[in-house]
Amino acid sequence: MRPAGRGDTDSLYFSYPHFDAPKRDTQEQSAAVAIVGAGPIGMTAALALAKEGVASVVFDNKATFNDGSRAICVARPSYYIMEQIGALTPFIDKSLGWTTGRTFFRGQQILEFEMPDSADEKFRPMYNLQQQYIEQFLWQAANAHPLIDIRWQSEVTDIEDTDTGAKLTVRDPKGAYPFNATWVLACDGARSPLRKMRGLRLKGENFEGRYVIADVQMDHDYPTIRRALFDPTSRPGGTVLIHKQPDDIWRIDYQLEDNETTQDALREETVRATVTAVLKDINYNDPWELEWWSVYSANTLALDDYRDGCVFFVGDSAHIVPIFGVRGLNNGLADAANIGWKLGWVLNGKAGARLLDSYTPERRGATLDVFANATKSARFMTPNTHGWKLMRDAALSLALTHPFAGALANPRQMTAFTYCGSPAVLTDDPAFKGGAVVGALMPEVKLADGFLSDMLGQGFSVLCFDAALAHEIQHDALKVVYLPLSQTLIDKFAADAGTAYLIRPDMHIAGRWRTASAGDIIQGYDSVIFQKETQL
Amino acid sequence: MKHADLETTYTALALKIDEIGAEQSELFLAKLVLLLAQKNGSVNEVQVCIEAAAASLDS
Repeated sequence: MRPAGRGDTDSLYFSYPHFDAPKRDTQEQSAAVAIVGAGPIGMTAALALAKEGVASVVFDNKATFNDGSRAICVARPSYYIMEQIGALTPFIDKSLGWTTGRTFFRGQQILEFEMPDSADEKFRPMYNLQQQYIEQFLWQAANAHPLIDIRWQSEVTDIEDTDTGAKLTVRDPKGAYPFNATWVLACDGARSPLRKMRGLRLKGENFEGRYVIADVQMDHDYPTIRRALFDPTSRPGGTVLIHKQPDDIWRIDYQLEDNETTQDALREETVRATVTAVLKDINYNDPWELEWWSVYSANTLALDDYRDGCVFFVGDSAHIVPIFGVRGLNNGLADAANIGWKLGWVLNGKAGARLLDSYTPERRGATLDVFANATKSARFMTPNTHGWKLMRDAALSLALTHPFAGALANPRQMTAFTYCGSPAVLTDDPAFKGGAVVGALMPEVKLADGFLSDMLGQGFSVLCFDAALAHEIQHDALKVVYLPLSQTLIDKFAADAGTAYLIRPDMHIAGRWRTASAGDIIQGYDSVIFQKETQL
Repeated sequence: MKHADLETTYTALALKIDEIGAEQSELFLAKLVLLLAQKNGSVNEVQVCIEAAAASLDS
């Protein structure tokens, strides 16, 4: 919502573009992949497919970017995705990287935490960037790509299975037309019309917690440090989160008490009064402008299976996660990158169709992990039973004089999920003692010239630490990266000279051998891409 | 105590308090303190903890 007198997309700092409907004269009426939803997830999926040389058509019923969804925290693994799909530069230029969080109880700081970061890391652990910019930067990359056809003001109103995939009905201002696709990616958000059309339901828990998020513009001199205020004067007994965003925009996030109605909480004067009180808590007494506000509730809901025939559910259409893990957007981007490379490889004939069966276990597994961590965070931020509240209050009260108790307020870090047990990774080699495990995102390493991730190929890569082994691996599809052993490599990969790691296109570890042979590695590669089977 | 063990303790206490209910939680916590004091064995350390826990109680 916006203040009285301002239109829906009448922002203080962002110009929402207007996208015309397609002209419809020379349009394709079929595609290997149809993507429903041109939000950040749909655009990322289209770019991930385009990276593999696969064309797609993206449909969106709106004429501009999202105004209702307001993710702001983009985590390190998502920046690798942006880099892989060729969209990274504007993200780096515009976003605010951060590493530090501070927690206050009744105005006194009880904890300052640092998220994991080091000179070995290419990206910071977290970046703040408004969702409109995220969508704009992804759209710029997708719009410039010859393999991506984006159709705005084009609503998918029906889907019907066919012998070769699905027939969509698309309605735009000129009327309805049929569109045939072999595969459909449902990137149409939390209320996913496609999910309803397929008769599927999200399952899980509806939490009763409701939160107001308000963005304000102000000239506030404070670094990009996320602040959590417990029991502040502005919200006695409550919790307030404050994040800095680009363009002097600040996000204020607070939970509503049971006795506060959503209707009243959303009134402009109520929001203004609360923001005024919160700003007083952080000693900001200068002018500010209200940009936008909304209310949301925290849920943990997911589909049992992210695939329904030729339809894959990607992002919020497949799962709704609470805000505390900062993983709604990040989790969706990882979904899009995951299905993007896999579908691309299958359509190219580089991988067998069974590779697609690994999408649900990997990405639904990641969602369940998010649920566990977010539930844990929520129990501290906004405890909803007597026991959790009593323990939380005890920890906060003790933290005023005992720092050990303040550490209980440290939120869980956002790390990429480990795909162990997935059909698209190998069984881990028990000979390893430590090091990055199979299924994990490859650890980054600073090299003399750039970073380890810069050395990876477009497809699968092999890290090896012995020149002779590197020379022995002769395979067109594998980029061999030879790294002379260093202490850092020994620490991060538990490597000795005979060790090798097989890295997937999404930078997750497909397999590792403590003492590798070229034959093992090539056989492992064939296995994780299901190459030894009939193609679709 | 390591942080992970502190988190485990925190969780176990929250779950147990919810299990026994708000009305019994005060008695439960008092019993727990006596048990831990008996295990600790130092009346001086317990006395210091009593004072520390009594601080910042205003609400």
